[in-house]
Amino acid sequence: MRYLPLTPSDRQQMLAAIGVDSIDALFAEVPKAAQRGGLVDLPLAQGELEVERALSRMAAKNLAAGSAPFFIGAGAYRHHVPAAVDHLIQRGEFLTSYTPYQPELAQGTLQSLFEFQTQVALLTGMEVANASLYDGATACAEAVAMAHRITRRNKAVLSGALHPHYREVCRTYAQFSGLDIAALDPRPAEAETLDIDSDTACVVVQNPDFFGELRDWSALTARCHRAGALLVVVVTEILSLGAVTPPGEMGADIVAAEGQSLGNALNFGGPHVGLFAAREQHVRQMPGRLVGQTADADGRRGWVLTLSTREQHIRREKATSNICTNSGLCALAFTIHLALLGEAGVTRLARLNHAAACSLADRLAGLPGIRLVNKSFFNEFSLRLPVPAAEIVAALAEKGVLAGIPASRFYPDRADLANLLLVAATETVTAEDVDNYERALREALR
Amino acid sequence: MTGWSQALGAPAEEAPTLTGNRGLQIEEPLIFEQDSPGHCGVDLPEPPPHRGRLGALERRAPIGLPGLSEPQIVRHFTRLSQKNYAIDTGLYPLGSCTMKHNPRLNEKLARLPGFADLHPLQPETTIQGALELIDTLAHWLKTLTGMPAVALSPAAGAHGELCGMMTIRAALTARGDARRRILVPESAHGTNPATAAICGYAIDPIAANARGRVDLAALKAKLGGDVAALMLTNPNTCGLFEDEILEIAAAVHAAGAFFYCDGANFNAIVGRVRPADLGIDALHLNLHKTFSTPHGGGGPGSGPVALAAALAPFAPLPWIVHRDNRLTLVEQAAKGPEGGPAASSIGRLKGFHGQMGMFVRALGYMMSHGADGLRQVAEDAVLNANYLRVRLDRKTGGLLSQSFPGPCMHEVLFDDRFLKDTGVTTLDFAKALIDEGFHPMTMYFPLVVHGALLIEPTETESKASLDQFADTVNRLAARAGSGDAAVFQAAPRLTPRRRLDETAAARKPLLRWRREQPKREATK
Repeated sequence: MRYLPLTPSDRQQMLAAIGVDSIDALFAEVPKAAQRGGLVDLPLAQGELEVERALSRMAAKNLAAGSAPFFIGAGAYRHHVPAAVDHLIQRGEFLTSYTPYQPELAQGTLQSLFEFQTQVALLTGMEVANASLYDGATACAEAVAMAHRITRRNKAVLSGALHPHYREVCRTYAQFSGLDIAALDPRPAEAETLDIDSDTACVVVQNPDFFGELRDWSALTARCHRAGALLVVVVTEILSLGAVTPPGEMGADIVAAEGQSLGNALNFGGPHVGLFAAREQHVRQMPGRLVGQTADADGRRGWVLTLSTREQHIRREKATSNICTNSGLCALAFTIHLALLGEAGVTRLARLNHAAACSLADRLAGLPGIRLVNKSFFNEFSLRLPVPAAEIVAALAEKGVLAGIPASRFYPDRADLANLLLVAATETVTAEDVDNYERALREALR
Repeated sequence: MTGWSQALGAPAEEAPTLTGNRGLQIEEPLIFEQDSPGHCGVDLPEPPPHRGRLGALERRAPIGLPGLSEPQIVRHFTRLSQKNYAIDTGLYPLGSCTMKHNPRLNEKLARLPGFADLHPLQPETTIQGALELIDTLAHWLKTLTGMPAVALSPAAGAHGELCGMMTIRAALTARGDARRRILVPESAHGTNPATAAICGYAIDPIAANARGRVDLAALKAKLGGDVAALMLTNPNTCGLFEDEILEIAAAVHAAGAFFYCDGANFNAIVGRVRPADLGIDALHLNLHKTFSTPHGGGGPGSGPVALAAALAPFAPLPWIVHRDNRLTLVEQAAKGPEGGPAASSIGRLKGFHGQMGMFVRALGYMMSHGADGLRQVAEDAVLNANYLRVRLDRKTGGLLSQSFPGPCMHEVLFDDRFLKDTGVTTLDFAKALIDEGFHPMTMYFPLVVHGALLIEPTETESKASLDQFADTVNRLAARAGSGDAAVFQAAPRLTPRRRLDETAAARKPLLRWRREQPKREATK
């Protein structure tokens, strides 16, 4: 077996050194009843060629996003990732290292995470950010739990225009932690009445919202703070912050975001990278790892994991979260991509996305029977079709066009959303893709 | 082992270099300190003319990000990488972390466009291969655990624990049996009590017996009608198999409680022991440990949870089911009186469907090993740990003090008795090991022994590598015993940074770069 260095003679020598006759002696403490003599009923070992062939066959049964006109978003976005990103994250020193518990052996990981935390804070307009969580949806649930710890209040109000997966994850966590969730109805492009009472820990909103609309939450911040509640702003397309007012400027107390768009492939939904930023005054209530600057014994600048008394390995049942493994390597990919882009690149890339979406919206909304729902948007918008959107998506998939996501996929019971289609356009969309989409849609509606 | 003492002795004081660099160790500023304003490492076209829709929310203030070209970025991150220790560069004996070789085939497979360039919400007709991969992975995991169901969406081990404990609480609620307490052995990973607390439970610790296992009598005394579950790690964090596990399971079940097992140490028994045969009701597997998906400096991971039949109906969304000759995602709990798939699900635990990138790698790993190779993994992991045990323990010619005598499983636990009266702490010892070119073992965990040193070599170390490590550790132990404490206290001295002041970092946290950075220079 190519991954196992011990030879049969090594094994014999080692068993002799240990003083046992056979490997079975070392498993003697496993109850006899639970010992298996033979092999489990699975295929035997295979070489690289065979494994690669088998998995490549499975991969080939999928329609890769890059081989079709592709317009799907809803919390995961297809962007071009520069080749240097994947090269650098595959350096063994990054790829095959552990959580940086021994800082003297992990200054590379720690410094890059310090850069990550700084980038996330800058992009969101917040004071501090952590070293990543699993994904945007779990970051959102952690934000709700953190708001509960800070305010000691029990209710979270979730906007109807918050990503439905984020709403569902918050609800799953809350039903066990005992928090009340007030989730409003999804009503695209309509103002919501977000009721805040004396038991409200936080209001959770999204920008751009799930339907693509841009939302100014500044007034809501003021209302939340007057009532002693916190404002949590979710961002599912982090690239939007290259062109859009950041949540920090709107007064957000906590930002929970999905960072996949920078540096990370779609990966069929994971791994992605959860971003979590807050105001400095609440840093000791934050979940997840934090990297802090310090000095070494010679007074030279260096980095360590810090404030770990918040964390499970120290505080156990009193920890702010149970998270241990996070999305370190995805955070590194985020950092390298954003470092390559820089200020000029990220603002231009955001503009390119916006331009692509604007042109696409104008083209599609020009078709008979189709209405653009949004007044404003970044790179994703909602169309009201004359027929159920799921039928159109299926029909266009037959023609090799991935047209977007029908809102009914998330809300199958909501008749008012049946004709709603979410459409995203990034810098990867070509003029030919748009032509194909428009033509296929026109035909499907005929 | 003769002649080594001359080779050691006080290190010659190094003359500082002009640059602060030391040969291949290059000082590297933050990207923010290398800003060429306006510069960019990606060439992008000018956005075409368009009717903008940003309205009043167009960003006005600059972000504050630095501008650098691609060569600068590549050099920056390459230099940073060179300040890391990694399994690619050496033995990484962190106990309970299972730092084994990460096969590169799996990196290649995870990057196939048919997996990596796939949106989770594409129409089902376009993702049949992805669902087939997940279904195949589930089959392998179910076969290896002997359990009838597996929930794949949890993103890491702690997330898997959360999933398992939620299903347990949901099952108890469904039978109208509200219970309040979770029993957790003192040697458990911190994630166990933290997870139970998030699920709304009170934690009741169980003491270890003199043999480093759960004290069965203490456990039975604590079991009662309000105990929801026992959370047990097996093999436990002392590196020992819980040899009374069948009695433990029977006692837990007799009390009407569930048996949760932390499968972080599954590497010791994979292919040889099926958790279902041990009476376990729920068990998470860390794909980033046993199944070698790279740890990436802290993540990402993946934490599937194998579930017994009593818990399977509560598994989180989405489910994958076979329907009409194809695979289908069930993304909503079935409603109505007739029920249906996922009607009792606890709901969604993360966005989308799980850590697909890790699923591909783990399946590649398992298919490469096969049933025979996986069994050999467990056997070699246990053999390697026991070999280090006899090489290091004072009873068999080494210099360390094993905490619980006798054979171990995949990891071996020592405590700091061998450092008594030397002036050297476990921490000092670990830092000195760094100067000798090794990543330290897990220190001060588990909490059940004093100054713990927990060593897990894994099966991907050669005998020569183990010998080299054992020689080094024994020589260091001898050195500690020879009154050379100052060398240990000053360690490490050959790393890019010497010992870092963690207390200062926590006292006034500096968590990001700012243009006007406050000075945080310790005086020499």
